[in-house]
Amino acid sequence: MINSTMMRRSLRRWFALFLLPMVAAFCIGFVWPFLHGLFLSFCKFKTTSKWTWVGIDNYVKAFADESFRYSFTYTAVFAIVSLVLINVLAFAVAYALTQKIRGANLFRTVFFMPNLIGGIVLGYIWSMIFDGFLGRYGTSIITDSTWGFWGLIILMCWQQIGYMMIIYIAGLQAVPEDMLEAARIDGATPWQTLWKVTIPNVMPSITICMFLTLTNGFKLFDQNLALTGGLPYIINPDGTSVHTTEMLALNIYNTFYGQNSSARGVAQAKAVLFFILVAGIGLAQLTATRKKEVQQ
Amino acid sequence: MNNLSSAKKIKTAVSIFFAVLCVIYVIPVFMVVLNSFKINTFVKTDTFAWPGGEMFAGWDNFIKGMTFGNYPFIKSALYSLVITLLSTFLIIMCTSMAAWYINRVNSLFCKIVYFACVFSMVVPFQMVMFTLSKTADVLKLNTPWTIPIVYLGFGAGLAVFMFTGFVKSIPLEIEEAANIDGCGPVRTFFLVVLPMLKPTMISVAILEIMWVWNDYLLPYLVLDINEYRTIPIHVQYLKGSYGTVDLGATMALILMSIIPVIVFYLTCQKHIIKGVAAGAVKG
Repeated sequence: MINSTMMRRSLRRWFALFLLPMVAAFCIGFVWPFLHGLFLSFCKFKTTSKWTWVGIDNYVKAFADESFRYSFTYTAVFAIVSLVLINVLAFAVAYALTQKIRGANLFRTVFFMPNLIGGIVLGYIWSMIFDGFLGRYGTSIITDSTWGFWGLIILMCWQQIGYMMIIYIAGLQAVPEDMLEAARIDGATPWQTLWKVTIPNVMPSITICMFLTLTNGFKLFDQNLALTGGLPYIINPDGTSVHTTEMLALNIYNTFYGQNSSARGVAQAKAVLFFILVAGIGLAQLTATRKKEVQQ
Repeated sequence: MNNLSSAKKIKTAVSIFFAVLCVIYVIPVFMVVLNSFKINTFVKTDTFAWPGGEMFAGWDNFIKGMTFGNYPFIKSALYSLVITLLSTFLIIMCTSMAAWYINRVNSLFCKIVYFACVFSMVVPFQMVMFTLSKTADVLKLNTPWTIPIVYLGFGAGLAVFMFTGFVKSIPLEIEEAANIDGCGPVRTFFLVVLPMLKPTMISVAILEIMWVWNDYLLPYLVLDINEYRTIPIHVQYLKGSYGTVDLGATMALILMSIIPVIVFYLTCQKHIIKGVAAGAVKG
């Protein structure tokens, strides 16, 4: 005990070497921008140096912004649809690949591959494919918002199934073999074994994958920007416009860097709301599904 | 016996099914290859056709792709490489040291830092992007050689979290033994702790490489774009002038940018898959 106290004391002297670099960078790259952003969401500003306090005005404007509300609904629908599709398909693939079938390793390699390619490049590849296909019917991915939605869903499934599959495979491989054996001996059908033994045991993986796909869906930016960029848009009678395939992150980005630079306060307020939403969903989901996990 | 052979048949059927699915899965990448050898005008009209006859462009697209968009492709590839390697190295070194310090000293300050790191993991980039890009500008972190500090700052959360999780499982006795043998904290860390952290380091490195290499928005907002472009920024610049852009050459450029990634994947596949699983289980 004395030894470890002494070690702790001597380690403390090396604070500048061990902890300081990371903490300094963390303050520059996260803490200060975060607090500064929080503060600026209550201000009217064009640049960070010139601001005037406006209270909750930006938040009122953000809620009144139709394009923001639209992108919220759009993102929520997108996130839920992609969550269901990706998780069901990824689990099915992982389940099949852990049944000792021939070529499982090769299949796993192929399914994971799209994750190595970045969102911008993926968006570009798929916009070429969709346009090549839709061009025959005289439309394109940036003029048809229905295709814009499903196109992005297809892209995200193609990319993320492999990633979630890896997590599910790790979970499935950790299911105790004797439990499955016991179920088999007791005469459980494969279907019963899946629902009563396998799924409760991979609940931690399911929690993680649902958490990841949901937050990924809400935070999606690169693929959205590269595939449709929010197009097509509708112009309202009052002159404002709504981009029909624009998701939240892109809406915030466009408010920040769009033509109207006096809307930056509103953009920052939107960003704070976005942060609360993403963090809230993450935490809510984590606590909700953790309850269902098997206690070990 | 009969039961056994029917189970075997099902497994073969599943194998065949997945083989077909795999072929479908690689079609998008295959389309990139096809179209990179096609003359521009045919990419849009005959996207799915074989680049034969009058459509065949040979290596023209690749030659053109090298200097496409008034920016040499090699330059953007090199900047991507520099940023990725430097950032990953910096993140691994600084966060593993920090995680060890946090766990072993465990003071109130350490607990606050740890909590802040975990908290940062749920904050989306849009929340900090405007203020972060301004801060980076003021501090001159807008070059490929200094942007790794921004990556360390914004990406520290997950890495610290993963390293701390692993450090906790290292028995204190090993470090005490090193201490008795006369090792100070620095030598204890680099000679004893660091080698044990290797599996976690590889996992963290893989996750950071995948993130930084493909990241678009952070370098786009932080770097001086006229001077420095990474591959995603370069590709997005071409996309910006969609319609007038040479699609054949763009596909050649995309192909050149994904070949190294696929080679990297095939060589480090085992580590990548392990890294992803480890990162997720702890996340």
